[in-house]
Amino acid sequence: MVYLDYAATTPMMDEVIAAMLPYQQQYFGNPSSVYAAGREAKKGLEEAREKVAAAIGAQPAEVVFTAGGTEADNLALKGAVAKADPRRRHVITTSIEHHAVLHSAEWLERQGCRVTFLPVDNNGILNLDALKASLSPETSLVSVMLANNEVGTIQPLREVVEIVKEHSRAVVHTDAVQGLGKIPVDVEALGVDMAAFAAHKLGGPKGVGALYLRRKTAIAPQLHGGGQERQLRSGTPNVAGIVGFGTAAEVSASEVAGQGVKLAELRDRLQDRIVHAIPDVSVNGGDGPRVPGTLSVCIQGVEGESLLLMLDSRGVAASSGSACASGSLEPSHVLMAMGVAPETAHGSLRLSMGRGSLGLDVDALVETLSQVVARLRSIAPRFAKSAS
Amino acid sequence: MSGGVDSSVAAALMKEDGYDVTGIMLKLWKGEAANNESGCCSLDAAEDARRVAQVLDIPFYVLNFADEFSSTVVDHFTRQYAAGLTPNPCVECNRSIKFAALLDRARMYEADVLATGHYARTDCVDGRYRLLRAREPGKDQSYVLYMLGQEELELARFPVGRYSKPEIRRIAASLGLRTAGKPESQDLCFVPNGNTHAFIAQKVPEGSVPGPIVTSEGRKLGTHKGFAHYTVGQRKGLGIGVGLPLYVTEIRSSDNTVVVAGSGEMHVDHISVEEVSFVAGPPEPEFRADVMTRYRGPQVSAVVRVDGDGATVTFETPQPRPAPGQTAVFYRGEEVLGGGTIGSVGRRKEPSPPGDGRQEPAA
Repeated sequence: MVYLDYAATTPMMDEVIAAMLPYQQQYFGNPSSVYAAGREAKKGLEEAREKVAAAIGAQPAEVVFTAGGTEADNLALKGAVAKADPRRRHVITTSIEHHAVLHSAEWLERQGCRVTFLPVDNNGILNLDALKASLSPETSLVSVMLANNEVGTIQPLREVVEIVKEHSRAVVHTDAVQGLGKIPVDVEALGVDMAAFAAHKLGGPKGVGALYLRRKTAIAPQLHGGGQERQLRSGTPNVAGIVGFGTAAEVSASEVAGQGVKLAELRDRLQDRIVHAIPDVSVNGGDGPRVPGTLSVCIQGVEGESLLLMLDSRGVAASSGSACASGSLEPSHVLMAMGVAPETAHGSLRLSMGRGSLGLDVDALVETLSQVVARLRSIAPRFAKSAS
Repeated sequence: MSGGVDSSVAAALMKEDGYDVTGIMLKLWKGEAANNESGCCSLDAAEDARRVAQVLDIPFYVLNFADEFSSTVVDHFTRQYAAGLTPNPCVECNRSIKFAALLDRARMYEADVLATGHYARTDCVDGRYRLLRAREPGKDQSYVLYMLGQEELELARFPVGRYSKPEIRRIAASLGLRTAGKPESQDLCFVPNGNTHAFIAQKVPEGSVPGPIVTSEGRKLGTHKGFAHYTVGQRKGLGIGVGLPLYVTEIRSSDNTVVVAGSGEMHVDHISVEEVSFVAGPPEPEFRADVMTRYRGPQVSAVVRVDGDGATVTFETPQPRPAPGQTAVFYRGEEVLGGGTIGSVGRRKEPSPPGDGRQEPAA
């Protein structure tokens, strides 16, 4: 199998599996227990917290472990708004966020918040003037993703923070799930107050994530119970998973700079070859800063679902848009926001590469893709996908 | 694969026959019905189908045909009701979606065959494909497949048609498929909660306004709740008691009137059939056939006279008036010859001259 869906998830690193193993059985204790087995578990938990903190430029006390990126985003948005002054019920986010943020923001809207969804340009980059214009004294939270999951574009987060801090008292959250492991992430340098991460995007296990929470940033817990994670996230911590996250964060932080150069080079070569080999292909977000390894294209005259099915039958794993479980099959909201026509967006293909992709046979892949596209284009279905 | 037992076993049987099988689920509807527990587009149904594909170890994909479904099957459904007719959306779905849009995809994906969970059979005699009734008459679905021609039948396979329903359930159970005991879905997949009246009221407001129920002589007997909520041949639910059973004999969308009559006027000698198609061309311009005018209704001996893309069916003995908009299918023994949409119905003793039957109001 040629795996080209690292933005969906990644295989666990060997180092991660090795680090997790003892915590499945040997150090099985509950980290809240006082005896030796509990202390071992707690030690593993805190070592992992230090590793994750180091990887993102934070203090260990600023890391709250969660059951994934989605939970971290939910906790950030709902938790921050719950703690905000009831007169400051305005939230700003972008129209290209992951659904973990988008649907949380829509939920807040239904609870009576005012929510502004900022537009983006053709490359999927946030309009900073629109951000400035939408800030008000009522704005309590601004949430802007670090890197987009579908097209890989990187937002000017430092400028976002500067503008927000200059014009309001709002806290800034970033969904950094697609950033960590792909580009260096330093929450201190970015200046954000909160940031969400997911272990499985960087060679760690699924079901583990973290919320970075800058000192003195007030949020209300969304899960109530035993008061773990400094009262912010109740529930017995997933110790083995968190240990795996720590190792994945440590390893990827040491590799990210060197690997990024290689992956960007690989991605650019792949993009170049596809654009030359296949007529009527457009690159999404190609003119903006992008995370290395992510390539999103729209192939005119083919349907994404058909493309994936045909690639799958030839041993190529890719995705159309994002890999969300909803199976909505609607044109991507990200591409729509970037001004891509719905019929074009139906033919979107995301190829995302990572640690295991460096030996990718670009020629063979482009040949396969060309054949599949030619096949799909040769038979016009009775109903062409139309704008809906 | 709908998430039901029939298409689950169809996939299993194809795999057993040595095919390299890919499971496809059609996402047909994005409205409320998608959340129906029984609806074939529900998340539960998708999970069931996906789980069956996992157990069979075959790839599984969901293809989105919601726009196509809405612009063909659902639009047709509402237009027919608005015209006072009684549509058959399953026939429309087979015509426009399953054996058109989906069949195109199957060709596109370089598939050799497209198998579905329909209870029917096919064979090939002297290079011509035949469409046959299912082995178990009680489950036969060849009626809703009459529109298939040679081009479609070359690719279509109906592996469950060789079995009875209990056999299909047994096969599903023996393979450990979770759909083995799933109840039959009876409702239209796109109608929320199976409430067809509410759906029609919403989609066909002009046919949901009360109006008169009259006799064929024009005498008013009562009030109906909207012409689109009645079907020709219907006896129950008219809300009028005159001591004799009354039947709906005509639905006039033009003046929002439902016409009723006693059982004497209920029977007809002939019907006109429109948009006729044949599995392998018409046998002769005029031929004898066993005709079905209702899904799982009786098979009636008749003479079919073909005229262009229409036909006149003259019954050997008068038959209860079928509902315009429904489907007439011509059989010879277990073989489907063809069929079409019922247009007007008549009571003349002699078959009407060609074309004459279509002057009465019909779509």
